Amino acid sequence: MLKSRDLPLRPRMANVCHGAAAPNAGNVDAEGRFPVETLEALKRERLMGLLVPQELGGEGAALDEVADLCRMLGQSCSSAGMIYAMHMIKLHNLVAGGATSEWHRSLMARVAAEQLLIGSATTEAGIGGDLRNSICAVESNGRVFSLKKDASVISYARHADAIFATARRGPQSTSSDQVMVALTKDQFELKPTLAWDTLGMRGTCSEGFILEGTAPVEQIFPQPFAELAAQSMLSTSHILWAAVWFGIAQDAWGRAQAMVRAEARRRPDVKPPAATPLAEANIKLHQLRATIIEALDRFERAEDDPDALGAISFAVAMNNLKVTASRLASEVVMEALRICGIQGYRNDSPYSIGRHLRDVLSAPLMIANDRVVSNLSSAILVSKFDASLAE
Amino acid sequence: MNNEIHGKILALLASQDNIDVASLTAECDLYDAGLTSFASVQLMLVIEDTFGIEFPERMLNRRTFSTIANIVACVEDLALQKAA
Repeated sequence: MLKSRDLPLRPRMANVCHGAAAPNAGNVDAEGRFPVETLEALKRERLMGLLVPQELGGEGAALDEVADLCRMLGQSCSSAGMIYAMHMIKLHNLVAGGATSEWHRSLMARVAAEQLLIGSATTEAGIGGDLRNSICAVESNGRVFSLKKDASVISYARHADAIFATARRGPQSTSSDQVMVALTKDQFELKPTLAWDTLGMRGTCSEGFILEGTAPVEQIFPQPFAELAAQSMLSTSHILWAAVWFGIAQDAWGRAQAMVRAEARRRPDVKPPAATPLAEANIKLHQLRATIIEALDRFERAEDDPDALGAISFAVAMNNLKVTASRLASEVVMEALRICGIQGYRNDSPYSIGRHLRDVLSAPLMIANDRVVSNLSSAILVSKFDASLAE
Repeated sequence: MNNEIHGKILALLASQDNIDVASLTAECDLYDAGLTSFASVQLMLVIEDTFGIEFPERMLNRRTFSTIANIVACVEDLALQKAA
C-alpha cells in the first residue's frame, strides 16, 4: 500500500482546502473559532510533519514546498493558513535547532508520527512586542526547570500539542540572554488573560495566557535563542507569513477576475471597464510572487551556512520581504474590492472580499512594519546592497 | 593595537546603559550581554572610522560582532590587509 508520504504534496493539500478549509472559512471567521475540521484534515493527509527529516519519519520537505502549501491553505482560509505557517515555523526551529539533542530529535519523530501541532509563546506582556527580550526566566535545579510567562499572545494555545516559549536563560540573565524551551501539552497549564476578538485572522485564536510549565532540562534548546532566531525564525517567519498573505491576495484577485469575466461574457462586444484595474492588480500579484521566490532562493542558498544566515544583508532581505509582501498583499486585496464593488463589499456574494480584506490587514501589523523599517534603518547604514543580476 | 581596539570597544560598550562592562571577558557573548543590533551597527561605524577600515560583506554578520575577541580579530585582519 502506498503511504501518504509517498504522494506528492499539492494534491494532499488540495484535499484539505476543498474538503475542509474553504467550506468552513466563513464560519471560522464569523465565530472566531479554531478551524478544527481543517486541522483534522491536515493530520489525515499527514501534512504536519513535512519538515522532519526522513530518518525520523518525516518527509524532509524543503521550505519552498511548505511555502507553497501555506499559500494554498491561505487561499482557502487565512486563519488555517496562518496556523499552519506558524506551526511550520516552530517545526523548522525544532529541526534547525534540535539536531544535536536526543530529546528534540525524539520530539521531531513524535510530530511526524502523531501529527502534533506546535504553538509559540515568544510574545510577553511588558516587552513592547520585541521578542528578542524576555522578562520571565527559566528556573532550573539542574534536572528540571520551571517557567511562568505572562504571554500576551499564544496563537491556538488551547489546541497546541506542544508550545515553544522564550525566556531568559536564568534569573540572573540579562533580558536579551534568552533560550527557547519546549513544553508538551502534559507539561504546561494555561490561564487565560486576554480574549481574541479581532477584525481579522479570527480563527487563529491568538489569546493571551499565563503559561506555566515544568519539564526536564533536556527540553531547553541547546543554542541561545538569538542564534535560533537568526538561523531559523527570522527567515521562516517572513517567508511563510508572506506565502499566506500571497494566498489571500491570490484568492481576492481570483474573485475579481471571475467577476470581470462574467461581465465580459454578458457583453462580449465591450471590454469591461474593470479589466484595466484587474491588470493593474495582476502586476502587483506578480510582483508579490517574485518577491517571495527571491527570498526562498536566497534562503536556499544560505540554508546550510550559519554565517550566510547570520549576515546583516540576509536579515535586511528578509525584513524587506516582510514589508513588501504585507504592503503588496493588502493593496491587491483592496484593488480587488474596488473592482468587485458592492458585490465585493457584500458578505453573501460569490465575489465577497470582506473577509480577505480584514484578514490581510493583519499583515502590516503582525510585527508592525514601522518597527521593521526602523530596525532596517540602522542595518542599511552598513550593509552593502547586492545589485548583481547573475550568480 | 590589540589593546587599543579592545579598549575602544569596551569604552563604546560602556556607553550602553544596559551592559555591565566590568563583567565582560573577550569571549563573552555580547548579544547575551545586552548588545542590541542597533548598537552593534553603531559600534561597527565607529570602529571603521577609528581604524580607517571598512568591513567587507563577508564580515557583516552576527558572528563578527558576537564577542570582543571576534571584533578584534576582524579589525586586525583588515588592518593587516591595509598595511600590505
